[in-house]
Amino acid sequence: MYLKHLNILNYKNIAQADPEFCDGINCFVGSNGAGKTNLLDSIYYLSFCKSFFNSVDSHNIHHDEDFFVIQGTFVRNDQEEQIYVALKRNQKKQFKRNKKEYGKLSEHIGLLPLVMISPSDERLITEGSDQRRKYIDSVVSQYNKLYLDHLIRYNRALSQRNALLKKYDQLNSGVAAQLDVWDEQLASLGEELYLRRSEFIEQLVPVFRELYSHISGGDETVDIVYSSHYQKGNVIELLAQNRARDLILGYTTIGIHKDDLSLLLSGRPVKKEGSQGQKKSFLIALKLAQFEFLAKYNGFSPILLLDDVFDKLDMHRGKRLIQLVGEGRFRQIFITDTQRERLEGIVNQTGKNSRFFEVVKGSVV
Amino acid sequence: MSDIEFPSKILENAVNEFSRLPGIGKKSALRLSLHILKQDKESVYRFAEAITTLIDEIKYCQNCFNISDSDICSICSNPRRDHSLVCVVENVRDVMAIENTHQYNGIYHVLGGLISPMDGTGPDDLTIAPLEEKLKKGEIKEIIFALSTTMEGDTTNFYLYRKFQNYPVKFTTIARGVAIGDELEYADEVTLGRSLVDRQPFEKNVQ
Ligand SMILES: [Zn+2]
Repeated sequence: MYLKHLNILNYKNIAQADPEFCDGINCFVGSNGAGKTNLLDSIYYLSFCKSFFNSVDSHNIHHDEDFFVIQGTFVRNDQEEQIYVALKRNQKKQFKRNKKEYGKLSEHIGLLPLVMISPSDERLITEGSDQRRKYIDSVVSQYNKLYLDHLIRYNRALSQRNALLKKYDQLNSGVAAQLDVWDEQLASLGEELYLRRSEFIEQLVPVFRELYSHISGGDETVDIVYSSHYQKGNVIELLAQNRARDLILGYTTIGIHKDDLSLLLSGRPVKKEGSQGQKKSFLIALKLAQFEFLAKYNGFSPILLLDDVFDKLDMHRGKRLIQLVGEGRFRQIFITDTQRERLEGIVNQTGKNSRFFEVVKGSVV
Repeated sequence: MSDIEFPSKILENAVNEFSRLPGIGKKSALRLSLHILKQDKESVYRFAEAITTLIDEIKYCQNCFNISDSDICSICSNPRRDHSLVCVVENVRDVMAIENTHQYNGIYHVLGGLISPMDGTGPDDLTIAPLEEKLKKGEIKEIIFALSTTMEGDTTNFYLYRKFQNYPVKFTTIARGVAIGDELEYADEVTLGRSLVDRQPFEKNVQ
């Protein structure tokens, strides 16, 4: 699958652009703030129905304008797919595939698999467990439709249970009868999500380890360990045992919304032990493992977006990354960089088809 | 639109009242108010009277809580309908949707909402107690749950099933031709009619 043509109106700082891409490596070069990352984000948007960076949709509209439109022509299984998204201030977002509006946005997720590697991936290491759950969720929902559906229902049931816990502070038979029902729903939806998360991590880790040693060139071992209340026993019972505490706190303390991943370097948290370079390699290996996973699952390569990756990698690691890219597991790649010459040097080593675009003050030249 | 300048307090008042209706913004409220001003007085009086009569004289059926002109609604008072078969629905619109399929010959029980702590609705806010009264009297042989497949619909289904499971009645749920998350009233009539005919024992639907 690849993106042939993109048409942008008023997306962030890009007033208008309609670049034609090659089925290989496409490079956006320009100074900081020119809009390179926004171009990547518009491609991300067509795949995920949302921005990688901004969760408030109206913030993605060019500040002088009332609306944005992104249109992409993809080639998938030898067929053209026209994806269209438009957002007008204070109106519902329109999302269309081949001129037909989606009933639910979740129907689109997974059609155009894509992996983005960005400096903000660092959040996976530095920030709280919600970032790591979001990571798992965004990958698994790309290949498992039911997962996203279950997740939406789980989160709804969780909000309902929490609302109930906030309303009462003591357990009586009426509250208990209501909790019984929410607990059953949470536990069974949660178990389904737990199983899917476990399967994903189990398949991801061996690929991740191999990629890490390839990129870092070092002999330190890395690991990702998934932890969940489901490993500690019967969740229905755990929910029941913790009711009194939940009522005092006003929220639910047991369930898959507390899952986490331990990211380990030589058996210790990479957050504490890793050097900048090791952390960087860790994250790139993780994202590339995700890429391999999706490629295997779909039977074709996802689109790969590399935002400002070479800037932060030392020569050694950058070279290994490009070797991987050249080995042909990748099909279409979009790269941003501030230095055209450096990027040209790197891209030429891959021997792949490439095209360069200069980005200047929100315009593509 | 909060900054419309009105030439008249009376007009402004009417616009404010209209804009309290669901789905009506200030702009539409102004259009409706100006439209009414262009009508002849007789028809506007009829319109106003229909609204006040609606609020003064409408009744809720004492048996099923459907909207009715009398104490017992036309469905509950129809001797040809099967009174041992009770279809549990969220609201009056669901009764109308199912009646339009002409596939159902039992009676209804309108809950008046779904369990949803986020909206402040608990089991005591619904007509669950009167339904249990009917069960106690042994009037019911089968209960059909026809609640929406949202989280709240499923939870209410499940709550009622747990509460009533020891009564000697059969519990069924409409077959899920209706997609997950869809509201019952949006289901097309063919799908809904078929779901009622193909209803399934409730246990099957609980994982
Ligand atoms: Zn009635």
